[in-house]
Amino acid sequence: MSPNTRRHLQSAAVIIGFFLFWEAACVLFHVKEIVLPRPSQILVTLWERAPAIWPHTVQTLYTTLVGFALGIVSGVLIGVLIGSSRLAYDVGYPLLVGFSSIPKVAVVPIFVLWFGAGTVPAVLTAMIMSLFPIVVNVATGLATTEPELEDVMKALRATKLDILFNVGLPRAMPYFFASLKVSVTLAFVGTVIAETVASNRGIGNLMMIASSSFDVPLVFAGLLVLALLGVGLYAIFSVIEGRVIGWARRKDDFAMG
Amino acid sequence: MSNARDEFVRLQQVTLSYGRGERVVHALGETNLTVGKGDFVALVGPSGCGKSTILKLVTGLLSATTGWVMVAGREVGAEPVRVGMAFQNPTLLPWLSIRDNVMLPLKIVPPFRQEYRAKRKTEFRDRADALLEQVGLKGFADKYPWQLSGGMLQRASLCRALIHDPQLLMLDEPFGALDQFTREELWAVLQDLWMTRRPTVLLVTHDLKEAGYLANRVCVMRARPGHIVEDRHVDLPRPRTIDMTYEPDFVSLTQRLRALIVSARADDPLPAATGEPA
Repeated sequence: MSPNTRRHLQSAAVIIGFFLFWEAACVLFHVKEIVLPRPSQILVTLWERAPAIWPHTVQTLYTTLVGFALGIVSGVLIGVLIGSSRLAYDVGYPLLVGFSSIPKVAVVPIFVLWFGAGTVPAVLTAMIMSLFPIVVNVATGLATTEPELEDVMKALRATKLDILFNVGLPRAMPYFFASLKVSVTLAFVGTVIAETVASNRGIGNLMMIASSSFDVPLVFAGLLVLALLGVGLYAIFSVIEGRVIGWARRKDDFAMG
Repeated sequence: MSNARDEFVRLQQVTLSYGRGERVVHALGETNLTVGKGDFVALVGPSGCGKSTILKLVTGLLSATTGWVMVAGREVGAEPVRVGMAFQNPTLLPWLSIRDNVMLPLKIVPPFRQEYRAKRKTEFRDRADALLEQVGLKGFADKYPWQLSGGMLQRASLCRALIHDPQLLMLDEPFGALDQFTREELWAVLQDLWMTRRPTVLLVTHDLKEAGYLANRVCVMRARPGHIVEDRHVDLPRPRTIDMTYEPDFVSLTQRLRALIVSARADDPLPAATGEPA
């Protein structure tokens, strides 16, 4: 067995062990289903109610991805601006910090006021949730360009755009991808918050209704779906990251490919 | 040697100060320096004497407080002069292969930049490979910077500084971080590159042997404010060899340079306890 498979098997065993422990604890201590359902119950619920859960899942995934995509585009633009201009840095940073300190639950009613309940507030909430880490990381990445390298470029009479595209942005890529992995999970949080407060579709809404009718296994099934979606997207971005910025990890397979 | 009296770089009564009022720092006192076209001039001196400042003035990265900096007969920046630079830190881009790193100036500097897309897989690629071969990096073009040793990176960095056939080559302690033997090897490589391409070179270094081996002229500088106290010609035939650096003439030259720098350090109002070898 290669050390790598061994490592994967070990981590899988620990994760499965966690759920077995949960199952066993619920059985041993006679925990009621309404307090904490067993993992097996959650899975059964997920399976039996799949036709009902599925449209909500699609809705949440769709909302999150649209919001996340908007977050990436605006985050990169704002990050480039803040990272390359002193004035934009001085103005933009306090604004951003202030804005990101606002609890997003408080913003959702405003979006509802503007755009009505439904998909749009959820998209926007996902977007602003995922925005901040992207902006900060892109700006930091741009700011870490070595001054000597900048001198080399300036001595070649490179324009600001030349420096940005040849040095700044590639240098910021590892930071950007690190932020994407954080942001994509935050985007889910944003979507679910908005769906819980003001929507009649999506996993957030499903969980709201389920909990108000004390259908706790369904609530947990919703949580499981969210967790799976989050892990899935995280994994996808990790793979893209490895392909694009292998140089930052000094992987030999990057050099070969 | 190479007394092409065509002047290429001229600093006339140049001074440079930072800050204002009582906290003003005179980085460079009145400095005059003329470098002929295709000449090789080394700047030596204690740290903080404004050696690197002169390089930055000549490339236009800093502007003089007073005086004139002329390059190719006009004020610096007026004429698009092709400049190559290399530092102690090779500053190669880690996401590009060595070949792409070397080709970076071709992507930016006119007239190459207009043809970059068309020629990057043909003519420019061959040009980079030929240069890499000349510095002994044949077969490393497709490697990435982290796969190479410090000396190899510095060779690649020299290639990047020379690929666009610069009229002016600025070297700021390029071999400072290398071990003695690698350094001596690279001196020969640099001499070879200079003799085949004849750019005008300004070299900043702490190593007097390096200055004597490579340069046609060695300028000794003194700090606070920085100025040039001695300008010596090195009349040794080319190509020079490492053995020459052990001959009496060469040794007396470096001893003389050393004495000048030691006295410059002793006169320095700040204690010379920075631990940097003269």
